[in-house]
Amino acid sequence: MIDAVGNPQSVLLMGGTSEIGLAVVEAFASDRPLRVVLAARPSEQLDAARARLERLGCAVETLTFDALALDTHADVVRKAFTGGDIDVALVAFGLLGDNEKAWTDVATVVELAQVNYTAAVSVGVALAERLRAQGHGSLVAFSSVAGERARRSNFVYGSTKAGLDAFYSGLTMALRPSGVAVTVVRPGFVHTKMTEGLKPAPLSTTPEAVAAVVVDAVRNRRELVWAPAPLRVVMSVLRHLPRAVFRRLPI
Amino acid sequence: MSGTASLRGWGRTAPTTAQVLTPRSFDDVSAAVAAAGPRGIIARGLGRSYGDPAQNAGGTVLDMTGLATIHSIDADTGVAVVDGGVSLDALMRSALPYGLWVPVLPGTRQVTIGGAIGADVHGKNHHSKGSFGNHVLSLDLVTADGTLRTLTPDGPESDLFWATVGGMGLTGVIVRASVQLHRTESAYFVVDTDRTADLDELMGLLTDGSDDTYGYSAAWFDTTTTGAQLGRAVLTRGSLATVDQLPAKLRSDPLKFEAPQLLSFPDVFPNGLANRLTLRAFSELWYRKAPKRQRGSLQNITTFYQVLDLFGDWNRVYGSRGFLQYQFLVPFGQEPTFRRVVEKIAQSPHASGLNVLKRFGEGNAAPLSFPQPGWTITVDFPIARGLHRFCDELDELVLGAGGRLYLAKESRASAATIRRGYPRFDEWRKVRDHVDPTGVFTSDMARRLELTN
Repeated sequence: MIDAVGNPQSVLLMGGTSEIGLAVVEAFASDRPLRVVLAARPSEQLDAARARLERLGCAVETLTFDALALDTHADVVRKAFTGGDIDVALVAFGLLGDNEKAWTDVATVVELAQVNYTAAVSVGVALAERLRAQGHGSLVAFSSVAGERARRSNFVYGSTKAGLDAFYSGLTMALRPSGVAVTVVRPGFVHTKMTEGLKPAPLSTTPEAVAAVVVDAVRNRRELVWAPAPLRVVMSVLRHLPRAVFRRLPI
Repeated sequence: MSGTASLRGWGRTAPTTAQVLTPRSFDDVSAAVAAAGPRGIIARGLGRSYGDPAQNAGGTVLDMTGLATIHSIDADTGVAVVDGGVSLDALMRSALPYGLWVPVLPGTRQVTIGGAIGADVHGKNHHSKGSFGNHVLSLDLVTADGTLRTLTPDGPESDLFWATVGGMGLTGVIVRASVQLHRTESAYFVVDTDRTADLDELMGLLTDGSDDTYGYSAAWFDTTTTGAQLGRAVLTRGSLATVDQLPAKLRSDPLKFEAPQLLSFPDVFPNGLANRLTLRAFSELWYRKAPKRQRGSLQNITTFYQVLDLFGDWNRVYGSRGFLQYQFLVPFGQEPTFRRVVEKIAQSPHASGLNVLKRFGEGNAAPLSFPQPGWTITVDFPIARGLHRFCDELDELVLGAGGRLYLAKESRASAATIRRGYPRFDEWRKVRDHVDPTGVFTSDMARRLELTN
């Protein structure tokens, strides 16, 4: 259960090696040790994540989860709930991809779409079913500002996040009567291994800063947040620029 | 109220959703218990617990206010037979014309009989009369198997009776109870007030033996001032008045009781309105408005100690984030812990306006009953960043001194903290698990604090 001061007792991270996702788990764990379920493909990073969380006093369970194996999702989610209620479920897996390759190569674009959108909604439906049944909990999905308006430099990634964003924004309303809070998080440029080597965009941020935004959003049952917060205004302006102007911007 | 509803406690925190049913008979209760799904069932009264004991995410919640008949009040024996959903307010109003008084009244009369037993509530008269469970002659409990059991404090299933007293609804549904009322000549209190300059002076007054000459006693104290004025307080103590003590004009109708609700607060208060600054101003005012020393003032119960019953929905003042109430006790001899806690609050960014200090008397036989010989303090904190850590630090002090937290107020502690504070927890758990082996009765609190499996 999430208590009066907003501390959960259990967290499920779909995408168990996601740097931002793990930063969120650690942020919650720093306030109170948690029961954590990490769902990801087995890897050294996953073992390392587990060890780090255990050092923080968490009880960690790992589950094998492959975003592309769509027919296994329901089973993975079922297993995640066998240890008891999940107070916070984070949908944090995704690929950035190479935009130029993605929009010119069918296999690449399909994989990107499958992982970032199809798998995200598949997991979303399975999680929604469980959370509705338990009558409480928080579901957090990581969207991106890239989904708000397609930019030349990363519109394929942006298109997948736009789909995810719309789905989870709608889920916010669908699950509200069941007592489940859904939060859509729109981070800007975050310094992680996924963005390593890329030129940081203005207002770039860190996983820890995004985690602080997410923790705050879960505690206050916010439905849509930007990380960092000023991106909300920036994106609002960018969204309303005439196409001719937007096209010429160096972004 | 029926259907799916979002429920929370009086602190307005941690809402969850459940199926709410309003039973009108014992059979309705039995049927609901039999039909309870895998998420279980819990009874809810008037929702005055601060945290989550009367909510059950994804399961069933029984709104007991539909079962609210006062069956009989025997003017000779003073025994009242009432349904579980009867409020103490209703019982008090019905009993007064017979010269009978509800023996234990907490800070609000807006609690049900079932809730009063389930939380084993106490009042300003704990040192003289004990807690609510002490006055229950028998109770009817619908248990997990759907049967109705009549339990008494020393009958064949007395262990289940005492597990139900203070058991937070986790042994079954209290559908009816016989309560021993007390005689009174009037509905008024003769009250003495002492305003103390600091905490030491207050503790002095509470330990010089004078406390035992009053039936009722509690102090408000200030947690917003530091230094020499740390813990300055207003101690109010009194006893029910006899007719002789009333002024002539009240003698014709000594049992008259009027408690109007002055106003109900709208849900418009922003978060952060109750802050250090405003609560400091409030505390200053509250302190200054009290007389330095007053003897024999005549007051009704609302003025004497249920002031908040004058206002509807006063919990909205804390804004949408809500608040938590932190109530703990430490045994006698641990007075330095008190001082430390008050200092800690005064120095922290977390401010509390409604602070109560009370000396407890003997506890009862219930394993989860809160009161024990010692001191209890109650403070309110608006939910704010860092509050959980602050409360964890207070827990350390309290538990370290051999104290405990009150489950009716609890909304954020750990399972370990509760177990440590209640050394007879396992004994309670055994009785509970025996009567409800599959865990039909459960609540958000039970899940959060691992009170059931």
